Amino acid sequence: MAITLLVNGSERAVDVQPEKPLLYVLRDDLGLTGTKYGCGEGQCSACTVLVEGYPVRSCRMEVSSAVGKKITTIEGLARGEKLHPAQQAFLEVEAFQCGYCTPGMIVAAAALLERNPHPSDQQIISHMDGNICRCGTYGRIIEAVHRAAELHRSQRNA
Amino acid sequence: MLERTVDLEKLDPEVRQHEVSRLRHAFDLDRRNFFKLLGGGLLVGVAAGRVIAQESGGSAHHEHEISKSLDSWLHIDENGRVTVFTGKVEVGQNVRTSLAQQVAEELRVPLASVHMLMGDTELTPYDMGTFGSRTTPHMGTQLRTVAVSARTVLIEMAAKRWSADESNLQAQDGKIRDAKSGRTITYGELVGGQKLATVIPDDPDLTPAKEWKIVGTSAPKKDGRDFVTGAHKYSTDVSLPRMLHGKIVRPNAFHAKLISCDTSQAEKIPGVSVVRDGDFVGVSAPDVMTADRAAESIRVQWDAPSQISDSELFDHLRKASKQDDDDRDQFVVGSVQQARGRAAKTLKATYTVAYIAHTPLEPRAAVAEWKDGKLTVWTGTQRPFAVRDELAQTFHLSENDVRVIVPDTGSAYGGKHTGEAAVEAARLAKAAGKPVKLIWSREEEFTWAYFRPAGVIDVASGVNADGTLVFWEYDNYNSGPSAMRTPYEVPNQRIEFHPADTPLRQGSYRSLAAAANHFARESHMDELAHELKMDPLELRMKNLKNERLRGVFQAAAEKFGWDKVKNTPGRGFGMGGGVEKGGYVAACAEVRVQHGAVKVVRAVEAFDCGAVVNPQGLKNQISGALVQGLGGALFEAIRFENGRILNPHLAQYRVPRFSDAPEVEVVLVDRKDQPSAGAGEIPLTGIAPAVANAIFSATGVRVRSMPMVPAGLPQTVSNKTA
Repeated sequence: MAITLLVNGSERAVDVQPEKPLLYVLRDDLGLTGTKYGCGEGQCSACTVLVEGYPVRSCRMEVSSAVGKKITTIEGLARGEKLHPAQQAFLEVEAFQCGYCTPGMIVAAAALLERNPHPSDQQIISHMDGNICRCGTYGRIIEAVHRAAELHRSQRNA
Repeated sequence: MLERTVDLEKLDPEVRQHEVSRLRHAFDLDRRNFFKLLGGGLLVGVAAGRVIAQESGGSAHHEHEISKSLDSWLHIDENGRVTVFTGKVEVGQNVRTSLAQQVAEELRVPLASVHMLMGDTELTPYDMGTFGSRTTPHMGTQLRTVAVSARTVLIEMAAKRWSADESNLQAQDGKIRDAKSGRTITYGELVGGQKLATVIPDDPDLTPAKEWKIVGTSAPKKDGRDFVTGAHKYSTDVSLPRMLHGKIVRPNAFHAKLISCDTSQAEKIPGVSVVRDGDFVGVSAPDVMTADRAAESIRVQWDAPSQISDSELFDHLRKASKQDDDDRDQFVVGSVQQARGRAAKTLKATYTVAYIAHTPLEPRAAVAEWKDGKLTVWTGTQRPFAVRDELAQTFHLSENDVRVIVPDTGSAYGGKHTGEAAVEAARLAKAAGKPVKLIWSREEEFTWAYFRPAGVIDVASGVNADGTLVFWEYDNYNSGPSAMRTPYEVPNQRIEFHPADTPLRQGSYRSLAAAANHFARESHMDELAHELKMDPLELRMKNLKNERLRGVFQAAAEKFGWDKVKNTPGRGFGMGGGVEKGGYVAACAEVRVQHGAVKVVRAVEAFDCGAVVNPQGLKNQISGALVQGLGGALFEAIRFENGRILNPHLAQYRVPRFSDAPEVEVVLVDRKDQPSAGAGEIPLTGIAPAVANAIFSATGVRVRSMPMVPAGLPQTVSNKTA
């Protein structure tokens, strides 16, 4: 079935089964491999993307229900060379080890900051508890989200 | 039929525990190819088979082979770009960065000019694998040695060019400087477009840790930006023209034999290639959905033997232990028999650990491509050369016709020593005549990978009234011998490992059995302390001479405020520690128990692995290992029944999440006077006993099994303290 998706600000035409998970369309049909497969069960959130600004587990979303909606993946967060505050903060704090969960973490953090520019530790934990980092980098990720919030606020005020 | 043979050779016990298959290799490196790949410049090699830091493993080279072959370790091109070749792989332990730091230090170049080419069997020298905390002590030393040699050659070249005295020449910042005249020349200019190859001379002096400028600093992760932009390509992200997606039809139980198989429906689906080869059944298709549909359409009947279930596990391991096996590992000092009657107090207890799964977030995966009779596979493995050999053996190829490339991987934790996904993808690709990508599903990862061994550990001990250990008797069934010996001074000891028939496939796991043995030993020490009404730290110190281990216990206790904490009902404190593979660890934990729910709220871990290479990277490893260790300590367990895994999903197999992570403080004990040891594993081992002992402190309940509280504690327990 021919479908047009709005991904990272561009219209992208694909010919896929309508029930195909958005994750596989992004990865295999559009070459956007920054979004990761971790479980296919909506349990690890490595596949998190933004749909209309909300974090969604793309492994559990059929592509047909993403039609007409704004989809943002990890590849769409930076403005040209300028990293999104969450990306910048993760890099500065080095809030990753193997890095496989990182795109999902950053996308989830970006969604949080849009709604809550001053998240507390507890708010970060409850917002991101669905995101697994098997390397156990949680402490640094919380630190990075606070740093991202700082960067985010200063950019807004600039 | 796909067959995988494992031919364990006589290897050192540590390596055997990491489930190593055979070691056999041949080098055919042609230096001209390297110059073609990298341009002219200086290539530093080591005669193949000449092992500087005893890393390469096996030394089967004959004299004539040695003279002909040269492993290339380092190349400097005319722009001064340094390429380092190592068969080690990056799985999140940050060795791409820490090894580059060590090269930059000894070569006297900026870190940014060092490029690490890792885990590619065609380009990097043979390497046994990335495991056993060996990268830093062995490969680090190897690369430092190579870099010193390169620096020496560069100085010689400059001396010749300028007709200057070598003793006046200094290497710094990618240049040679003549102290007398002040003139300088960059390494790039010096090597120019020449094709120079050199073999390292006798082992040169390495820069002492006290003089390090680049090593010992928190250099940021190499290519870090690619990980935050999604640009980094893992094996699962590799894509080739005409590539198909694979799916394997798995048996319904372990050890099942295929009885019948009807693939006719799958074969009718356009674009689908079906393979039935012995008990192997798999498909490939142009997209994942079609591959899944084709696999589901295949009708299979399996016949599986009846198998041990988890309810019988611990009895089974004890009964099925091989008392006379060569693998039996025994250590005896004095006579436990004679000492038994002399102890003022004796204690006996049994500890158990469950099978657990590595659960790397990137499942096993491979992309395989056949071209002109040669096979190339991109896969996340800790042992690229072993996987190459596995592929060569399976497909009856020469090792030269197989190339394994390991992109930096979505971790492994000891779980990616083998090449299943690589073999399967290659089999499908061979049948389809096109490249195939195979990504294991989470359920496959939980079922068809291997597990951290389960085990039973019996401990019997005796102490004098003042807390001095009199005897120590220790039997480990199946879990493994790593860190099995006690670091405490005991005049009479019998410590034994009993391998057993394991119902599940088991293998290497981060820290091997050190986690289980630390749990048993350090829990037992805590039990003794309570029996004697002694402070657990005091009991340890009384029986401990090892200065470095004493050091980490004291450092952790001080940071934690051990002497100030006071347990109350539902709130307790515990500690645990030990030494293995040159890493000295001590952890303290604070636990809260409320309505039976156990939460580790705070942890301090002190770690001494000699001279620290990268403090921030090391801290990341330590705090991460601690969090991972909490999973196995508190709730991770593989449940199984009659050859089937009962919890092969993340909704059923609980791993630590944000809300499980305590506040973690890390104390680095940087010993510049000691060689740098690896740190990927041992930081995981202190936390479980610290938590067990804290649970006792909070509730008076002694938990002797890992996981300790898969379903919490009974609601009533938090009324008492130890």
